[in-house]
Amino acid sequence: MSHHTKEITLSYFASLREKRGQSQETVSTCAETPRELYETLSEDHGFEIPTDSLRVAVNDTFKPWDSALESGDEVVFIPPVSGGDQCL
Amino acid sequence: MFVITEERIDGPQVRTDLRDESCGAIVTFKGRVRDHNLGRTVTKLHYEAYRTLAVTEGETILQELRDEYDIHKARAYHRIGELTVTELSFWLGVTAPHRQAAFRACKDGVDRIKDRVPIWKKEYYEDGSSTWINQPSELSTE
Repeated sequence: MSHHTKEITLSYFASLREKRGQSQETVSTCAETPRELYETLSEDHGFEIPTDSLRVAVNDTFKPWDSALESGDEVVFIPPVSGGDQCL
Repeated sequence: MFVITEERIDGPQVRTDLRDESCGAIVTFKGRVRDHNLGRTVTKLHYEAYRTLAVTEGETILQELRDEYDIHKARAYHRIGELTVTELSFWLGVTAPHRQAAFRACKDGVDRIKDRVPIWKKEYYEDGSSTWINQPSELSTE
């Protein structure tokens, strides 16, 4: 398993953006997957949304939480969307 | 065609743009800002989008509708930015030779778009508080 760091650019939206206090940042991380990355950032910044309630996109595509991250990737954690009435 | 816009959605214009002489049925859905939610009076909404992915996911959904239903055109508009009560926030129109497919595809399209497209809404209330919808933020006052 490699331990080199990766440069990852993150964009934040909605309540995550407010919690983080900014809409974008670049981090150097050893995280291998979006899940590991979120867990690290969550600890650092106190994100309240669990991964079960989020989706993740890498390079503008929805990806599984355990997919492999590469240096240069752009990652977005996607909070639950606000699609109107859940009453159908 | 899935469009995200900061401009006011012109209902009659988008309806005219969907004119389709080959189709006997057109079904449209208009989503407007409601004046109340969660027991509070709403004064305005703020919609925010992860724009690139919202457009691709919206287009993907419209293509799914064309693949799954006997429809001809499917077009949607979602407004972002600040909206006041009664403004049009979302519009979806579908044309089809026959009405059953048009009704079903339109309903299905609205449901999928609201479920999957990365767009978020923050509501502002008369008492000065505000909250993101479906996100675990506390009601905050600015």
